[in-house]
Amino acid sequence: MLEKALYGDKKYWTWIIFLLAVIGLGSIFYIMQLVQGLTVTGMSRDVSWGFYIAQFTYMVGVAASAVMLVMPFYFHDMKRFGNLVVLGEFMAIASVVVCLGFIIVDLGQPQRLMNIILHPTPNSILFWDMIVLNGYLLLNIVVGWTNLHAEHKRLPHPRWAKWVAYVSIPWAFSIHTVTAFLYQGLPGRHFWLSAIMAAKFLAGAFCSGPAILILFALIAKKLTNYDPGREAIKSLSKIVTYAMLATVFFFLLEVFTAFYSTIPGHTHTFVYLFKGLHGGNALVGWMWVMTVAAIGSLVILIPPRFRNNQELLVIGLILLILSTWIEKGLSFVLGGFIPSPLGTITEYVPTVPELMISVMIYATGLLILTVLWKIAISVKKETGNA
Amino acid sequence: MDNNRRNFIKIAGITALLGIGTGVPFSVSAYRPEEDKYLENKKSINGKRFGMVIDTRKFQTEEDFERVIKACHDAHNVPENLPDPKQEIKWIWKDEFKHVFPSKPNPYLAEKVKHREFLLLCNHCNNPPCVRVCPTKATFQREDGIVAMDYHRCIGCRYCMAGCPFGSRSFNFMDPAPYVDVEAQNPDYPTRMRGVVEKCNFCVERLQEGKQPACVEASNGAIMFGDLADPESEIRKVLKENYTIRRKEELGTNPSVFYIV
Repeated sequence: MLEKALYGDKKYWTWIIFLLAVIGLGSIFYIMQLVQGLTVTGMSRDVSWGFYIAQFTYMVGVAASAVMLVMPFYFHDMKRFGNLVVLGEFMAIASVVVCLGFIIVDLGQPQRLMNIILHPTPNSILFWDMIVLNGYLLLNIVVGWTNLHAEHKRLPHPRWAKWVAYVSIPWAFSIHTVTAFLYQGLPGRHFWLSAIMAAKFLAGAFCSGPAILILFALIAKKLTNYDPGREAIKSLSKIVTYAMLATVFFFLLEVFTAFYSTIPGHTHTFVYLFKGLHGGNALVGWMWVMTVAAIGSLVILIPPRFRNNQELLVIGLILLILSTWIEKGLSFVLGGFIPSPLGTITEYVPTVPELMISVMIYATGLLILTVLWKIAISVKKETGNA
Repeated sequence: MDNNRRNFIKIAGITALLGIGTGVPFSVSAYRPEEDKYLENKKSINGKRFGMVIDTRKFQTEEDFERVIKACHDAHNVPENLPDPKQEIKWIWKDEFKHVFPSKPNPYLAEKVKHREFLLLCNHCNNPPCVRVCPTKATFQREDGIVAMDYHRCIGCRYCMAGCPFGSRSFNFMDPAPYVDVEAQNPDYPTRMRGVVEKCNFCVERLQEGKQPACVEASNGAIMFGDLADPESEIRKVLKENYTIRRKEELGTNPSVFYIV
């Protein structure tokens, strides 16, 4: 099946070469970081995790979101997701690779990466995150590839693959739960120390991930005439809407707890994020964009009349992705570090090398996604499933 | 052809499994610094839970602080004056009351305490969150209570820095060697490489030789070090006689550094 990735039109190859060029450019900056150390980033003693770990966190959510297709399709036998489910599984593969990439570039000594396996430490949540992420990667490769291969050979999906798909359902929940546990169990990081964190992470994942999937599927439809199915998009955007409502609700619960109790540890980060604290206000603009985008996305997504209009849906999803990205891919991680444990403000701004390295990883993810989707769509078209 | 390929994969797979199966346990068992014990040494200072009492009343002048900080930095080759102050390395440093004890806010704090500066260092918590989160056991708690670091195992993930509620950990964002004072360098203590975390180690290397920690020695009696687990120890006597506070006790990490204010 892999050979299908080797036959494409000019557009396809231009895109592949473009991505390779971006990866090449980014890798120059990564070599620079390897030689000089993480000093090329904007991170500091006080803000010791930055853009990389924030992107990692966001993309774990995107990876987990495949379950919003896998569960209805395999478990509830919702046939309308038939054309979309493999795209979801393949997007999960690309997303997990992006997650692992962001972890690796964040390490000070990446060549010692295997110490996590050589010296397994079950009391560290990072150890469990390594297990669940790699397991999830494997599950999606196995299920996605096996079932697509069966379709390629015009055979029914093997029964065992269905059971592997069942395993991947709780597993998807586990990857974002464990990722939330990385943060929510740390004493002294009040912004993270909240029991709702894992639930909020999952809700955020189940709106942002499928939103990205719908956008990509619509692009693929335009480029290849592969129809994911009108009903499938309709159902999925309904899931997105509910998940977004849950996300906003959970966020507001945090705000209530902080400001009704007025406990400084809980309010300080919110004040820093939305208003600025002790002169630090780097994220204020972003936070208000997040707020407006979140409201805007809900205004478009909630009324079925707007949501079922494709042009409007696209705008709504873009707003949703923007606001969830600012929340989880920017403010969440930084908010845990600002103010610092000593109550001081150290601001953080990512540097050019840091951003270029991030672009390199995202481009790698897009490359994997393009190749996998190319294969999937070619097979689907060949077998007349599209 | 197909059969050959299948056999090849079989043999290759079995070989790989055997290799991994024997290699991994061997390499793991060969190197376990978290289980390292003191080399038995007649001179060494031993204990069950080392701790420290800082008499902040005795730190009056800038010189009192500088002397102690320099002793530590010289003993451990701590880099100074890094190009980016936000990425500096701190083992022992000073700050004002509201930063050192942020959970004890008091707008009407006694003047003498409000303007006093306090030494900060790793608390060597009895229940250390940094050890709990480290994915490689590069930071570990020794039998004498000291929270130690293995600079050669650390992968530089900085999870311990997120876990520490006291800001006691520093990361080598760059190669520290050019910023270590060559004149004062201590050849007996390793310099670090970039990409690993470091912090105060309660001078384990000095305790082993029967010496007090460098800061204690340089403090002219303002810092006391000893075994908290021994009710007869000098440090316990001092704790019994003086009212002391600790940083962020409410988090339950059980710090081993006490302050007399």
